[in-house]
Amino acid sequence: MPGPAMAPRKDRPSIVSDYAALPGVPDELLSEDGRVRPAWTKLIAHLDGLSPEERERAFARGAQYLRDAGVFVRQYGDGKSPRDWPLSPVPVIQPEAEWQALAEGLAERADLLESVVADLYGENRLVAEGHLPASVIASNPEWLRPLVGVKPASGHFLHFVAFEIGRGPDGGWWVLGDRTQAPSGAGYALENRVASVRSFPGFYTDSHVERLAGFFRAFRDGLNALRREDGSRVGILTPGPMNDTYFEHAYIARYLGMMLLEGDDLVVDQGRLMVRTVSGPKPISVLWRRLDAAWADPLELKASSHLGTPGLLGPVRAQGVTMINALGAGILESRAFLAFLPRLSRVLHGKPLAIPNIATWWCGGEAERAHVRDNAHAMLIGSANSTRLPLEPDAGAVLKGDMSQTGLDLDAWLEAESRNLVGQELVSLSTTPTWQDGKLTPRPMRIRVFMARTRDGWQLMPGGFARLAATGQDPSAVSISSGGSVADVWVVSDTPVPEDSMLMQPGEVFVRASPGLLPSRAADNLFWLGRYVERAEGQMRLTRAYMSRLPETPAAGTPLMTALETYLDDLGLDMSEGVCRKVERTIALAVNSANQVRDRFSVDAWASLADLERTVASMRKTVVPGEDAAAAMGVLLRKITGFSGLVHENMYRFSGWRFLTIGRSLERAIGMADLLARFGEWNGPQGGFELCVEVGDSVMTHRRRYSVTASRDTVVDLLALDPLNPRSIAFHIDEIREQVSLLPGADVNGQLSDLSRAVLRIHADLSVHTPQTLGQPELVELEKAIGRLTGDIQAQYLD
Amino acid sequence: MRYDIKLTIDYIYESPAAGARQILHVMPLAIEGRQRVIAGSIHIEPKPAMRQDRRDFFGNDLTELAFTEPHSDITIVLKARVDVTGSAAPGSPSPDLPELARALDAQTDLGPRSPLHFLAASPYAEPVREIAVWARRHSPPGRPVADIVAGLGLTLHREMRFDAEATTVSTPAAEAFASRHGVCQDFTHIMIIALRSLGIPAGYVSGYLRTLPPPGKERLEGADAMHAWVSVWCGPETGWVEYDPTNAVFAGDGHIVVAHGRDYADVAPVRGAMRISGGQTTDQFVDVVPVNETVA
Repeated sequence: MPGPAMAPRKDRPSIVSDYAALPGVPDELLSEDGRVRPAWTKLIAHLDGLSPEERERAFARGAQYLRDAGVFVRQYGDGKSPRDWPLSPVPVIQPEAEWQALAEGLAERADLLESVVADLYGENRLVAEGHLPASVIASNPEWLRPLVGVKPASGHFLHFVAFEIGRGPDGGWWVLGDRTQAPSGAGYALENRVASVRSFPGFYTDSHVERLAGFFRAFRDGLNALRREDGSRVGILTPGPMNDTYFEHAYIARYLGMMLLEGDDLVVDQGRLMVRTVSGPKPISVLWRRLDAAWADPLELKASSHLGTPGLLGPVRAQGVTMINALGAGILESRAFLAFLPRLSRVLHGKPLAIPNIATWWCGGEAERAHVRDNAHAMLIGSANSTRLPLEPDAGAVLKGDMSQTGLDLDAWLEAESRNLVGQELVSLSTTPTWQDGKLTPRPMRIRVFMARTRDGWQLMPGGFARLAATGQDPSAVSISSGGSVADVWVVSDTPVPEDSMLMQPGEVFVRASPGLLPSRAADNLFWLGRYVERAEGQMRLTRAYMSRLPETPAAGTPLMTALETYLDDLGLDMSEGVCRKVERTIALAVNSANQVRDRFSVDAWASLADLERTVASMRKTVVPGEDAAAAMGVLLRKITGFSGLVHENMYRFSGWRFLTIGRSLERAIGMADLLARFGEWNGPQGGFELCVEVGDSVMTHRRRYSVTASRDTVVDLLALDPLNPRSIAFHIDEIREQVSLLPGADVNGQLSDLSRAVLRIHADLSVHTPQTLGQPELVELEKAIGRLTGDIQAQYLD
Repeated sequence: MRYDIKLTIDYIYESPAAGARQILHVMPLAIEGRQRVIAGSIHIEPKPAMRQDRRDFFGNDLTELAFTEPHSDITIVLKARVDVTGSAAPGSPSPDLPELARALDAQTDLGPRSPLHFLAASPYAEPVREIAVWARRHSPPGRPVADIVAGLGLTLHREMRFDAEATTVSTPAAEAFASRHGVCQDFTHIMIIALRSLGIPAGYVSGYLRTLPPPGKERLEGADAMHAWVSVWCGPETGWVEYDPTNAVFAGDGHIVVAHGRDYADVAPVRGAMRISGGQTTDQFVDVVPVNETVA
């Protein structure tokens, strides 16, 4: 085995000539005789052929993609700040033949898990016959008693599972843990793939790397086949944006073209599960849940859950909805099961596990307890019920028999807590190359692989989600649990693979599989996103108008500046700051709304909004009032219109877009009515008309249309009544009327909805006005009437 | 002993509730050799859009309700006639702790009344170090389980002050224990935690108490609302016994069982989820009247 002290190998490409694998564990790149493994030769040759600059650029492209796409993980207890996903640029490469063997072994394991969980929620023969200790089940918080005796609608408990695997010292694969609750990571694997393709664009095409799209298509088709024959749909149930893997939920929903739903979007009505949409409640019969079961129904499961749907268990019990995976299947994740699966395989399948799992002993048995005690130095001892991945030490776990943190005696602890503990053998895992300091360096790794039940049986995703240790010192599996990086996994065939992709091209990324089904919550967020973005824009224009006048203003102020100061103050805009906090807050509100409907935006639109937020934050530190601030507002205005442009140019013109547009028009009409009421009067401060025209971004139009200096009549005509000026109130009332008339339920059998009637009334009122009749009191009334539309929209569509 | 039971629960909302879904555990349970339900009915006002009566995992009767129309109050009325035919005091000698542990290890039953459900932590009965230390101090080794139950219950009763105002449904048992006061729920949860810490299976019983005591007896605490006490598994011979730590007695013919669970969360009289913007107030009235002293 090659050691670190070895001289450079002349028989290897120069990029790996001094790559030194760690002693005692296999390496994915190099075989035992120190040669590059066949599956890797092409990639290594490719990397070897690049200049150092080309290599860095290639790797940077992948990282850039993830940053632009906004890929992040949110970590609990970490200030809730999203952090970049650290991608190691070198994929982990596996030969297709070996992957096939792994797939067969894991399919057997998935079948075994299915039999076990079906028994635990059914006849309970395994316990009755003594193959599983009753207390392991009874004390397990994931054994959900309200689900005992409930048969899943699809006939299966498991449809999508993940396995954490690692290669042991003997070169074979070990299962480190089973993920059966709501495994995450498949979406990240997809994103990592997109990133690694960016790094190796030309190379990837001819590299015989198995594509991932086929796996997802088969899984999606499998889900669609589970729908009931009543026009019902498939949805993805997410705990929402505060969850650490929300990004992935939104990404997968967009990728598969499925509705992304939160518990609040769903309601149980006459025993059926329905999604609340702007077109009324619609049936759902398949839910791919990314929510832990205990949170799914506050009525019968965890009462404190605000993430679930009250009464969900009713339709589940009545087999009206298939949960992917069945509620309660998470019990299989507890560490204790790893102690019994080898035996259960012999009992249920009549043969040993095809892929062994990490050696585990349940301390409830006397002999097992003694074994754990005698071998504690080579084990992790921890909670039997913990669903944390094996070898991810959690609070109270004891590593290598070191009791110093606990203040307890090992023997006494094992005796007292026996039934609640397991011992797990510490294993060393293989290494794979990462790129560090300009060269390839080995890092211990493990891979999460995904398996879906399709119409042709279990399918293993030809790829996965690899995690690499932060350092190369400690090859034990434990070292991989914190820090480190992730990598794409390539399964390489000997023969060319067909092209395959489900991804839309950038620029047309807003995907809706089923127009007409817009969940009310999503509509609400889009409406408010439209409002907040427009509000921020208005605040920027007002700030710019003030700041650009500031240098010419005498110390005593002018009546216009004094009036403007009062107005800005009323709006909460503090002009002692160059970029005031209020603008930052409004943008934060927009980002928050957008975040809740992330599945509905293109990568570009999202990147531009994130860029706006970053720019405002950094400007707030440096920009000072005056010209500097006026210029800064110019930059921000270009950025925010960039976002609006991307959204309005790219978004599919259906209900979602309509709510966004209505929000924007409503906000703009209100803002303009407010501005005109304050500055559009004859007796207002001098320069008020010009201010209105400037803030209304209509300087050029005004000059062309009227060829005179601004007067009250020209200003009110252009900014309130002219239906052709996209800044006028009339224009936006037209827009609202048009969009509202196209929403579901705008009229029922010819009878207008309350909302339609209210919009029509405003429209009619405004049409008969002239600049002379539309005075300040009328503008104030108009502003109020438009404001009230929010309540009508809320009542009809969003509550 | 035959009783007529009437329970009235009122909910009043500050602003109308748009939708509500609730599970009720209020109907007395039929238990062989302990109590018999002669008649029972639950009346709900306004009429729910959906009502379903079924059994839960532990074999309790429950009623699930859904309201779709906005409503500003709900009234639930239970009426039942029940014969209490036996007490829940230990009827035979019980084993000591090591023997109990061996009996538990031999259990392979996961049915509704298996003692194994009642050993692990549950939402309202998480382990509390101070309670475990206290339990150890007040349970001398070698004693039969039933004696440990009675001893701990009496000690708890002496140390705790019954105070209807001191705690709410959401007060953790640890807090009630630290200040040594609370209501029947707190007494019950503390005792459950204590017993489980010793390896003794202990559950939560929700039920009714006879409102007025028999002539010459003292009135029991907790008779004005639904009451709670502890059920304890004392080995395969003795089986389940019930102990009321609020009154320091084994449950007798004045205790009428509604539901068994691991703790309050499993058997709350009304468990529900609704969409309301304002607050709510609840009132509960219980009347348990003996019908005919001579009925067996």
